[in-house]
Amino acid sequence: MTGTGIRLSRLSKSFRSPEGPVHAVRAIDVSIERGEAVALLGPNGAGKSTTIDMLLGLQPPDSGDVSLFGHTPREAVHRGLVGAMLQTGSLIQYLSVRELLKMMASVYPSPLGVEAVLSQTGLEAIAARRTQKLSGGETQRVRFALALLSDPDLLVLDEPTVAMDVEARHEFWNSMRAFAARGKTVVFATHYLEEADQNADRVVLMAHGRVVADGPPTEIKARVGSRTIRATLPDADPGELAALAGVARAERRGEAVVLSCADSDQAIRALLERYPAARDIEIAGAGLEDAFLALTADPDTDTDADAPPPALAP
Amino acid sequence: MNGLVYTRYELLRALRNRRFFFFSLGFPLLFYFVIAAPNRHVTDFDGSGISLPLYYMVGLTSFGTMVAMISTGTRIAAERQVGWTRQLRITPLSTRAYFRAKLLAAYMMAGLTIVLLYGAGASLGVGLPAGNWLAMTGLILIALLPFAALGITLGHLINVDSIGPATGGGASLLAFLGGTWFPLGSHGFLYQLGQLLPSYWLVQAAHTGITGHGWPARGWIVIAVWSALLSLAAVYAFRRDTKRV
Repeated sequence: MTGTGIRLSRLSKSFRSPEGPVHAVRAIDVSIERGEAVALLGPNGAGKSTTIDMLLGLQPPDSGDVSLFGHTPREAVHRGLVGAMLQTGSLIQYLSVRELLKMMASVYPSPLGVEAVLSQTGLEAIAARRTQKLSGGETQRVRFALALLSDPDLLVLDEPTVAMDVEARHEFWNSMRAFAARGKTVVFATHYLEEADQNADRVVLMAHGRVVADGPPTEIKARVGSRTIRATLPDADPGELAALAGVARAERRGEAVVLSCADSDQAIRALLERYPAARDIEIAGAGLEDAFLALTADPDTDTDADAPPPALAP
Repeated sequence: MNGLVYTRYELLRALRNRRFFFFSLGFPLLFYFVIAAPNRHVTDFDGSGISLPLYYMVGLTSFGTMVAMISTGTRIAAERQVGWTRQLRITPLSTRAYFRAKLLAAYMMAGLTIVLLYGAGASLGVGLPAGNWLAMTGLILIALLPFAALGITLGHLINVDSIGPATGGGASLLAFLGGTWFPLGSHGFLYQLGQLLPSYWLVQAAHTGITGHGWPARGWIVIAVWSALLSLAAVYAFRRDTKRV
């Protein structure tokens, strides 16, 4: 086996829609080395799921190329090198958890033992339960177990924690990190900055079908981690507000003003000093959507400003 | 790769689906008793020289087995709905192993339908020479192949919310045009059309139990051509079925 990792080269995919073509993924280049844990971070419609579909060979790219450890996606899947947990999906019925794992283990060339996978994913207690009797979180864990069955070199997870509560999320990421610690490559899609920050070595930030940033989580956090201050302040002038220390942009929304901040600590001090009457103050991390809009509005990152606005990927 | 384990669990799943079992096997049986039990002493049905319980036993066997085969599509549509088909595409499971498991599960249901209806017929006094039972069963099993492929094709093309009408309507239409419910006679448009349909030859296969005669060459050709065409359609439908539902 070659030492090459995962290469996505000039990968593009468009869909037809009633409003015209939707460019879900626009000529992205991503290289992932063996053993890396990479988060594909982006808001809904950024092209994450479409990218993952092409990575797994579920959708052919319009143009560009995917190579998984030197193989096409189909070859890699056939060799049992890839395990994946797709974004949507449940389990087939009328089998117990253990039976389902045995059924699917039988199709791989050299699967892990079913009992070992059950214990790794904490499923022993419900191994005899029928799949249709599982909770949403339990179902996700079984789907994770299915992805691990082949002892894959590459694990692909598309928004894996969507149906999980806080504790289940915590346990899930622990299992994932235990898997990654064995030198495995992990690619996961998420729209939670914290998940990306805590579980990835590297974050690939996607918006509008493009890679808008690629680097260690700290770097990405600095780029998208700006905060907004919202306050009820009927008489203030947005122009003056924008000039306050730490404030990048100010906007009036009825009685309220919204300040986008480069440094929210500085901005809140300046705001209260200048406008002691400000009330109902909220400070919030900017939504990723906002951060991405800011990033993609930058002409350096968006060379295709005339392109139609991105639609939600199906 | 061990296709046997995979197939075994596929069959187990089909057997454990009680509701499907109840309706798929129960309806032809219920239908049979409602029609044939009150008329069990009619020995010459409609001047055909055949007893009514025998006539409907073979008619409902052809209909029940056909429905059992096409119903594979219902189960496949449900699996697609929960994203399972996509999940299978990221495993090394071959198209051949997938089809084998689906085909055997369908034949298992059809086989049970045959056993139950033969048993029901026997309970109403139907008796046939052993050779006729065997010839009829063998030809029915062969004639079911195109319907298995049709079920798989529909399951991969049609979503779960419309698969019921599609398979139910399709089966009813094919049964009607195939002469399941009334004889098509020996000339005219419906007869000519029927001769080209697999359901006609399925009914003729079942009638082997009565007449003792197998198919003419035309029957073999029609079943072979439909089997080949619908198998190609099934493979095509499965291979392209990778989208999110």
